Amino acid sequence: MNSLPRIVITGIGLCSPNGSSLAQMRQSLLTGRSGVRKWSIRHVGETLAGVCEFDALRWQKKKELRRGTRAGSISIYCAGEAFADAGLKPAELERSRIGVYIGTTEHGNVETENQIHEVAQYDYDLSFWSHHHNPRTVANNPAGEVTLAFGLTGPAYCIGAACAAGNLGLIHGAQLLQLGEIDQAVGGGVSESIHTFGIFASFRAQGALASHPIPEKASRPFDRDRNGIVVSEGGCLYVLERLEDALARGARIHAELVGWHVNSDASDFVLPLAERQNECMRGALKRAELAPEEIDIVSSHATATPLGDQQECEALRSVFGDSARTHVNNTKSFIGHAMGAAGALELAGNIPSFEDGWVHPTINLDNLDPACEVRNLVANKPKELGRVDHILNLSFGMLGINSAVVLRRFQG
Amino acid sequence: MTREEIVESIKDIIRTIAPDEELSGLKSDVRLRDQIALDSMDFLDIVMELRKRYGVQVPEEDYKELATLDGCVAYLHPRLKDRPAKVGV
Repeated sequence: MNSLPRIVITGIGLCSPNGSSLAQMRQSLLTGRSGVRKWSIRHVGETLAGVCEFDALRWQKKKELRRGTRAGSISIYCAGEAFADAGLKPAELERSRIGVYIGTTEHGNVETENQIHEVAQYDYDLSFWSHHHNPRTVANNPAGEVTLAFGLTGPAYCIGAACAAGNLGLIHGAQLLQLGEIDQAVGGGVSESIHTFGIFASFRAQGALASHPIPEKASRPFDRDRNGIVVSEGGCLYVLERLEDALARGARIHAELVGWHVNSDASDFVLPLAERQNECMRGALKRAELAPEEIDIVSSHATATPLGDQQECEALRSVFGDSARTHVNNTKSFIGHAMGAAGALELAGNIPSFEDGWVHPTINLDNLDPACEVRNLVANKPKELGRVDHILNLSFGMLGINSAVVLRRFQG
Repeated sequence: MTREEIVESIKDIIRTIAPDEELSGLKSDVRLRDQIALDSMDFLDIVMELRKRYGVQVPEEDYKELATLDGCVAYLHPRLKDRPAKVGV
């Protein structure tokens, strides 16, 4: 056992295509409610996306909403909800000791595309290029908007980690708490990617953009008829604290963050690698001092691309093939791929299982791809496990970044 | 545009840029920034909107002329008197 402080989750704020609170999202995951719908965006036309419907004015004013970005707005909503869930009011805290660490897959594409579209109306006269472009597109924009909204004066920045970013925000917050750099961390991930046509066009060019006549059926990890990714927006930020601080103030503890690992494939720009994913899972288990047989739920990353799902399942078979206790699910089948938010959001969807004892399924699994066969894959209907002690959450991203997080039911 | 239309147009632009502000009591001879929350980025938004709506280019050295509603009218009326108003665009 290492001697570093124990880290716990005391607040969760999220917006998902199928719910604007953890309770709503959990209800959707247990009742099979998708958040994927038809979506239209310039140059691409009709496509599909996971779209959020949170109250953007709950934690920010109209002017801030107008001036900022969608990623900033999502971040502010999630941070406000997370503080409220944690029973904390930033104004009553030492605000220089709160760190904000927000994972993003990309940031700035939305505003850049908008500006190019705008100046194109004026024959590319750059006197029509907005002075808001730079503050909206700087890589720390979402985290910076959170500091402005809540008057936070501690370290706040974004972590670019492709689709592993949501886990990275959480991990980074935990590490800085352990180092004593801060007293509360707001960590997780956000995505505004459905508002950039480029991401849809690029996935389409790559043959990796999902299509289906029924939107709710389009995101189908592990299914033989899967045909790619449904792009989604969303966000999930956690309030993290050192255990002793949380106990001292009598905070409600959602879970303890006991393990994590981050590594890199160093093999390809886009293709995943089972071997490194395997190492990533094992690294997280090692830090948590757990055997594979002690993990109850693996929240898989699978995005419904043919090769990606197969590689992940190969890694899962290697690590968990002998574990009768471990169940595997997938949240993207409900909400699509929330990019920088995915890791944090998918983990959140599973956290209530510590209380309710159920594991939500992967939906839209009509014909299992034989290459995606893994033990205890929970298909289409939730399953009651009775007691859940450990969850492993996986998130992988382009350029070969892998991340894994292990949560433990809080036991004092 | 008449002087009254210019006032309404400026208010319409401010309503877009500062949507949380109450504009009904704005005094025409007091600096706008002393009456409502407007910062330099907002001011640049006003200049941009004038450019988009009316094709008026306000050079930086003239920004001070737009400090009050009266100042806006004095500066813009000679430049806009032959143009139709565009409110709510």
